[in-house]
Formats: sequence, structure tokens, C-alpha cells
Amino acid sequence: MSEDYEMMCGIEIHQQLDTKKLFCSCESCLCEEGVGAYYRRLRPTTSETGEVDRAALAQFQRDMGFRYQCSEGTTCLVELDEEPPHEINADAMETSLVFSTMLGANIIDEIQFMRKIVVDGSNTSGFQRTSLVATDGSIDVNGKKIGILSVCLEEDAARKIETKGNEILYRLDRLGIPLIEIATAPDMRTPEEVMEVAYRIGMLLRATKRVKRGIGTIREDLNISIPNGARIELKGVQELRMLPEFVQNEVNRQKMLLNVREILTKRGTKAVPVEMIDVTDIFKTSESKVIKGALDDKGKVIAVKLPGFAGVMNGNNKTLRLGSEMAQYARTKGVKGIFHSDELPNYGIEQKYVDDLKNFLGMIGEFDAFVICAAKEKKATDALQMAVDRANYALLGVPEETRDPLPDGTSKYSRPLPGAARMYPETDVPPTLITTERMNRIRANLPEFPEQIEKRLMKQYGINQQQAQQIVRHSYDDLFAKIADEYGMASVAATMFLNTFTELEHDGLDMNAVSHDVIFEMFSMLKQNRFSKEAIPVLLRELAVGTDIEKAIKKLGLESVDADEAVAIIAKIVKEREDFIRSKGLDAIGPLMGPVMGALRGKIDGKQANDLLAQEITKLIG
Amino acid sequence: MSYSAALSKLLGSISAKEGSMLNIDSHGQTFTGTLMPHNESSAPDVIVLKMKSGYNVGIRVHDDSAIKVLDQPIERVKKEIEVEPKKSLKNIVLIGTGGTIASYVDYRTGAVHPALSTSDMVNAVPEIRDVANISARVLFSIFSENMNVDHWQELAKAVAEEINSGADAIIIPHGTDTMGYTAAALSFMLGDVSKPVVFVGAQRSSDRPSSDASSNLLAAARFCVKGDRAGVFVIMHDTPGDDSFAVHTGSRVRKMHTSRRDAFHSINVPPVAYIDKDGNIEFTGEGRHVSTEKTEVRTNMEKNTILLQFYPGMDPALFESAIMKSKGIVIAGSGLGHVNENMVPLIKKATDNGSVVVITSQCLNGQTNLNVYNTGRDMLVAGAMTVHDMLPETAYVKLMWALANTKNIETAKEVMKTPIAGESSDRRTIDV
Repeated sequence: MSEDYEMMCGIEIHQQLDTKKLFCSCESCLCEEGVGAYYRRLRPTTSETGEVDRAALAQFQRDMGFRYQCSEGTTCLVELDEEPPHEINADAMETSLVFSTMLGANIIDEIQFMRKIVVDGSNTSGFQRTSLVATDGSIDVNGKKIGILSVCLEEDAARKIETKGNEILYRLDRLGIPLIEIATAPDMRTPEEVMEVAYRIGMLLRATKRVKRGIGTIREDLNISIPNGARIELKGVQELRMLPEFVQNEVNRQKMLLNVREILTKRGTKAVPVEMIDVTDIFKTSESKVIKGALDDKGKVIAVKLPGFAGVMNGNNKTLRLGSEMAQYARTKGVKGIFHSDELPNYGIEQKYVDDLKNFLGMIGEFDAFVICAAKEKKATDALQMAVDRANYALLGVPEETRDPLPDGTSKYSRPLPGAARMYPETDVPPTLITTERMNRIRANLPEFPEQIEKRLMKQYGINQQQAQQIVRHSYDDLFAKIADEYGMASVAATMFLNTFTELEHDGLDMNAVSHDVIFEMFSMLKQNRFSKEAIPVLLRELAVGTDIEKAIKKLGLESVDADEAVAIIAKIVKEREDFIRSKGLDAIGPLMGPVMGALRGKIDGKQANDLLAQEITKLIG
Repeated sequence: MSYSAALSKLLGSISAKEGSMLNIDSHGQTFTGTLMPHNESSAPDVIVLKMKSGYNVGIRVHDDSAIKVLDQPIERVKKEIEVEPKKSLKNIVLIGTGGTIASYVDYRTGAVHPALSTSDMVNAVPEIRDVANISARVLFSIFSENMNVDHWQELAKAVAEEINSGADAIIIPHGTDTMGYTAAALSFMLGDVSKPVVFVGAQRSSDRPSSDASSNLLAAARFCVKGDRAGVFVIMHDTPGDDSFAVHTGSRVRKMHTSRRDAFHSINVPPVAYIDKDGNIEFTGEGRHVSTEKTEVRTNMEKNTILLQFYPGMDPALFESAIMKSKGIVIAGSGLGHVNENMVPLIKKATDNGSVVVITSQCLNGQTNLNVYNTGRDMLVAGAMTVHDMLPETAYVKLMWALANTKNIETAKEVMKTPIAGESSDRRTIDV
């Protein structure tokens, strides 16, 4: 592998299709309510050699069970795994073929659905139905070719509602919604490029006009690695604009871990044996809430010595953070956290206890460290085993992991990378032969590519290229055309999409939260002079945080005034500044526009205000 | 592997077999993967490969396609696990007949194979070994729609043999389509069997993590060990959930849904018992206790017996030859048990000829009664008989058995009227 790059990244995108479900005729939307709670278990099945995965069986024997809720209109016996799948939804299959063709990918001659074993309960059957539709496509992003490894058509999983004890409650509304899964080659080399590629794929998907929009309908998994680092899969990022931040933070994290390895290697630190030491007696009188809580709950304080690890768990001005990685591993065993010597005294654990513990453990050398956990004994030792294993791995470098994104752009450990998926044929669904005639027809009727849409918008509505690009990038083209066609407000809309949206997003507002219907309604009201176009930015600010449009207009006092009322307001302002006007004459218009617009902003437009002001001033000075 | 003749020849010529690693170069595209068996619904010129990613893809083979074998498969050896029986546990014999419950999938190829050994069957539910000592015997390996009277007879003999050789209980994994018929047949053939004989099926195949096979099997084993009930039963899910099971009388049970886990229902009676997910058994009434008596088996059957469903406009001319060739005729009539007036003379002709005509109802629920309407009275005059609330399928099986195990028609008819294995009753109540 060449190492003349800082990072490499591939993306896997899952996009819900706007059709009925993939294997039944249920509606593919989510419901507020779920009814029923059918109990099920998923048993790890025997492998081809007649053996059962021991870890999976152990989990099964711990009595892990699942309950499934149904929802009106969106679930039937198929989702409950009480009826075999019906025929493949024709629109979904067609969309996947169209999209694959747009990527220049090779379509598989005969598409076969597979059963991909998943026993976490998110699929009632215990497997996800998935099919490989095409391979070897590519897209062009800023002049660079990005490889597309595969396009798959598959079913979405059930939604987790809550976990209670050893039962997980799922709602079945999302199960079976068709998804297109696109996997790119690991061709991206900068965090910004990752976002650009995701944008491009998103645009192409939306160009098919058969995909869902809105929160949760498109999800991205990132595969990120740096030279000498490891492949990390960051699963389920929903906000595109946060992609560069996630990528950069992961790159930084891997660099930090490589730095830690170097420090440990220089010190000659060796992997430590996991030796659990009961130190409950030392903490009997501790006032720390965590420790007190654990001891009151008949728990213990367990310690493990970590010779050679001081300063890398939380050190060098918080740039070395192995401790936080260790804590994330420990938490997978159900503890709230661990304490390590780099962060103590703190959290109510005073210096006296730290000193006592150090002396007891004999951890008094320069790089001697320790980690403790306060919980029920089994939980605490399980958690410490994870934490110390993780610490030891730091000597080797970066472990391969699946990580969950966090809202602040960082991520946390979720589980080890899954091994190769176990798949076998879905015999209930016959294979689909893709005929040459069908592909010829699809090729002859491909939807418009984004560049073609841009050109059409520029030509037809007289907007500039920058505006057109912005509109298409965010897939507002249909909405824009509708506003322009029905209300003749192409230039107002184009300015809004380019300037106002960019400005508001810059201020941290999520413009995706404003639905196309709401934007169209806003223009309909603008057309009826309910407010003036100057009010659009303030109005959008309200809409972006979820305010109802009628309420927003009232709240902002935008209700337009009629001409007489405006004249009266302007006349009053003119009267108040009579001396100033008499000294300046018509030159007073400029300075007075400020107070006039202050009183009338959003209610009449600027030009009208200017005209009325001129009219009133003329009236005054004669 | 059932590829088309042309493809089989092509694959044979390069010694490619199921599991071989192939490289196919076809119209500019190259695929590398493991050769899979042909899918019945695949096009005749398509070869199925399993790619490294795990996906199967169908590749069209053209005249100019190039196929190379890169590697041949390694034969896998399946391990048979020998388990020592525990003295403290009861001994259950599993008698395999085939069907969804007794098959497993080769995950490499996706091909479904019948379970042919004890471990094949028990592997799906290893914890069953904590409930009882299990030994298995594979009698047939067929889909239940292919079961016939000979299979019932062979099965009944095998069950009696195992019980008389010391088995504490018998579990029969069976395809669900005709499980009700087989259970009814064994109910009569085994008479006062001294031990529990339990049929179990699966509505979802056992290769799936969500299969109901293992939980049904486990519930059956627990019932066999703790239930202290002798007789022929069917145990399946009682709801779509994996937390409730119903024990049905073998002669009273019917598959009432094409696909649901709780497809099996007791008709005209409550189930014998319910079992929860922890194996607690709740009986709904009394029954025969397990004993050490020898089990007698009477397997004779009159195969010239037919089961017909009446429908409006049924034309006697179409059925005359079948009816007149049969010693026993069961008709599932409409409502209380009616056929149209045109069919009545044919009934008379059949009974005059020495055949037994038994009337049941398509309603399934409730008792037949031919005294209420004129047609019914005419049918009685023509020689038809009713058998209370017996299921049509059970009546069909019982009639075969009654005709073959009695000296004359009159005794056979008497046997048909008399409940032998809980198959009929003169009394039904409202749930209060």
C-alpha cells in the first residue's frame, strides 16, 4: 500500500426508495404508534459444517428475546415473518437498475436475493434480504474518478424502540422498506472529498425521482483509515455536512493512537496481565458518588495495575486520550465508566485515596498507572478485562472497529468489525433475469443528470449558473420550477436558495428541516401579499426550527399593511423629522429609509417604501 | 446439479462441479466465484456463482464465454457428536419423516438437505439434550404432501416397536401440510398407546434463525417428559409468538392457515394443554396417564376410500365411477352436511352396493345433522351416515381403518359412530 496520502475513505450509502415495501404491498412510511408485542427469539443456526457459533449461542441461552410492534397500513404478516415474501416490488427493482445505469455500472444478468444472517432482532426472519444488482461503476467528482464497487437492492430493518432487561422492543414499520446500498471504492483522500462524493451520489439518487427525502431516509457508513492505522467503520451518519468533521476527527484519533504507540514503545512498555485486585477496603469511606453508589449496591471496587501506561490515558494537555477508548470498551459491559490514574484525583475521589491505592498496588514508578471500576463484581471485572485488553492493544496500534457517530462530530466504540457476512439464497424469491431489451429501454430513458438539470433551469428561468448549481446540489429543482411556473418568482426563489439558505446554514440552521411543501406554501402566501419578500430570511429562520408558517407570520408581525396604513406610518415618520427634511429636501430620502424600513420591514417591499416616502416628503416641502 | 443439458455438458467438460471456484469471462465482464447449484427458476443459459462478498449472481453464458476452473472444492467432513445417555433423564425417540422441520440448508450452496442423523435433527436445538436422552431414527425423508397410507402404516409400526422396546415417548417431526392426517391415522392405528406420541412441525424452515422448529421441538420434549399423558398429539405454536404452544389431540387438529406459526387449531374441542416458554404445562381437562402396558398396533387400511368436497352444481355423472369403485366414501357437505338433490341417488346406489357413505361438514365447526332439512332426510334414506362433529380428514382416515379392521359393514358403521381416540363428541358447549 502506498503511503503518500494522509487518509483513505470509502462510503456506503443506504437510501430508502419511495415505493411500497420491497416484498409486500404495505406503505413504506414510519408510524407514531405501534400496537401488539409479539415475542420472538432468534436462534443462531448451525453452520455448513454442522457447528453452532458459540458466542451467538451463549447470547441466545441468556434468554435474549425480542418483541415486535405492528402499525396500521405499514405492517402485515410478511413483516411479522408469518408469511413468505411476495414478488419483488417492480418500481424498486427498476429504480435500482436505472440508478446503476447512471453510474455506468455492469448490471448482473440474473439478480438473486440472498439471506444475510442478522440475529440482533432487527429482522424478524433473522436475516436481511439483499441482492447484488450491479458492480464496477464510477462517478466523477471535481474531475476525479471515484469507483463504485457495488449497488445492492435490499430491505431496511425494524426500528429499535427500547431495551428492557433481556428484551428489545422493535417496531416493524421500517422493516422491508426498499433500500439501495451503494459502496464506493476507498478512493477519497480528504474529509471534504468525502462530503463531495456523498453529495454527488445523493444528487444522482434524487435524480431518479424515486427516492425518499428527509431525516433518516439516507444513511452513510464511512470506512476510514490512515497509513499504519486500521479500517474503522463509522455507522449511520445522517447529516451530510458533518461528514468532513467526522472524518477529520477519526483521522486525528488514529494519529493520536499511533502517537501513543510510539510513546509506549519508546518506554519499553509491555502488555500487562489482567490481574483483578479487590481494593474495596481502601474506598470504604470514599465520598465519591459513583463509588458510594456501587458499594451501597453490594458492589466492589476492583483495580488492575497498568505499569508503563501513565500519561497516555489522559495526558499532554488532553491530546493523548487512550483512557477514553478504554472507557468506551468498558461501557459495552454495562458499567457507567472506569477511573484511571491519569484522571485522578477527580470525580469526588480525593488525593488521599489515590495515594493509598498507589501504595497498596505498589504503583509508584514514573510511568506506573492503574485503572479501577466500581460495580457489582462480575460487571466490574468484565469491564476491566475489556479496558485492559484495549490498553494492551495500544502497543500494537489502532484496532479495527465499528464506531457510532456522536452529535459533536466524534464517535464512540460500538463493536469489533463484523466478519464476512453469512449469506445463503432466499429461495422464496425467484431470481430476476435482466433482459437486453429491458436494459436498452432503461438506457434510452435515463433521467436527467444534475448537469442537464442545471442547464435547463438556467435556460428556461434565466437564473445564473451558481444559482442553478446550488438548486440542483440540494435537489430543489422540482420545487424551484414549480414556484417559477406557478408564481413567476424564479429570481426571488433562486436568490433564496443560493444566498438566504447558505447564510442560514452558516448560522447553524438545518434547512433540510423545512419541507418542500412548506417552502411552496410560503411562496403561495408571498404571492397573496401576506408578507413581502424581504421577510423571507426571518421567516425561514422560524420555519427551520419548526414553527408553523401562520404562527411565524403572526409572531414576527409580518402581516402586510395596506397602502393607506403604510402612508400613515410614513407620514408620521416624516412629520417627526420635519426640520431635518426641510433642511435636506429630497436628499432626506436616503437617511430616512432606515427608520421607515424599521417600521415596515417585511410588510411592504423596499421600492414601494421608497416611492411612498418620496411622495410624503414632496407633499411636505411642496 | 440440474443445469440445462448444454451447460451441464460444458461444466462437465472442464470438470467443474458444485463448489468449484470458477472464473467466467463473458461479454467483457469477468466474474470469479464458487459454482452454486442451478436455481429451478433460473434461465437455462445462466450459471450461478457465489462471489467473495457472499452474494450469488446469475451469469449468462454466451458462445464466446470463457470458463476456467481455478480451484476444486474441499470435501467437508461433518462431525457426529456422540452423547452418552444420562440415567436421570427419560428416553425420547425421534422418528424422522421429512418436511420443513427435518431439513437443513447447506449454507455454502443454499441447497436444502434432509436431516439424516440424530445430530442433524438435534443440532437445531442442542438444549433438548438437557430435557431428555434423544435418539433419532430416520424413517422417511419426504415432503408431507407425498405421504400415503403405506407411510402411515410403516410409521405406526415403528412407533409401537420403539415404545415396546422401552422408549418413554416418541416425537415425530413431520411436514405440516398433511400432519393432521398422519396424526389421525396413528391415533386409530395405535389405539390405547401407553406413551405420548407427539407430532411436531415447523412453519418456518430450520435454517432460519426465526424458525419455529426448535421451540416446537423443545415444547414437545418437555410435554413428553413432564406431561404424563398417553396418546397421539400435535404440538405447535399457539400464537405468532415464541412464548406459547398448544397441545392438540391428534384426531382433532387441522392446519387452518397457509403460513402462520399458529396454523394448527383444535376443532370443536379446546387444545389438550398449553405450554409456556419456560415449559410450564396447563391442562384443560382429564386424559389417559402414561403406563407400562404393551402397545398394540393395528395398521390395516381399506385404501379404496375417497374424500370429496361437495360444491354447488356438483354433477353426479363426474363422480359416479370414483364413488362406485370405493368401499368408503366421505363427503364434506355444506352446512349441516348437505349435498344437492342430484347427488342423493348416487349415494343410494353406493350404499346399495355395500359401500359406506359418511357425511361430514365443510363448516368443520359443529355437528352434522341430516334430520333438519328435506335433503338431509333424503340422504339418510339413501343410506348416508353422520359421525357427530368429526373432521372430514379424520373421518376419511377412520373410515379406511374401520373398514379394514371390522368383519362387516354394520360393525364398521358402529365403529365410525363410537369415539376411539377422542375424534368425535355428541356434546359441545359455549365458552363461558
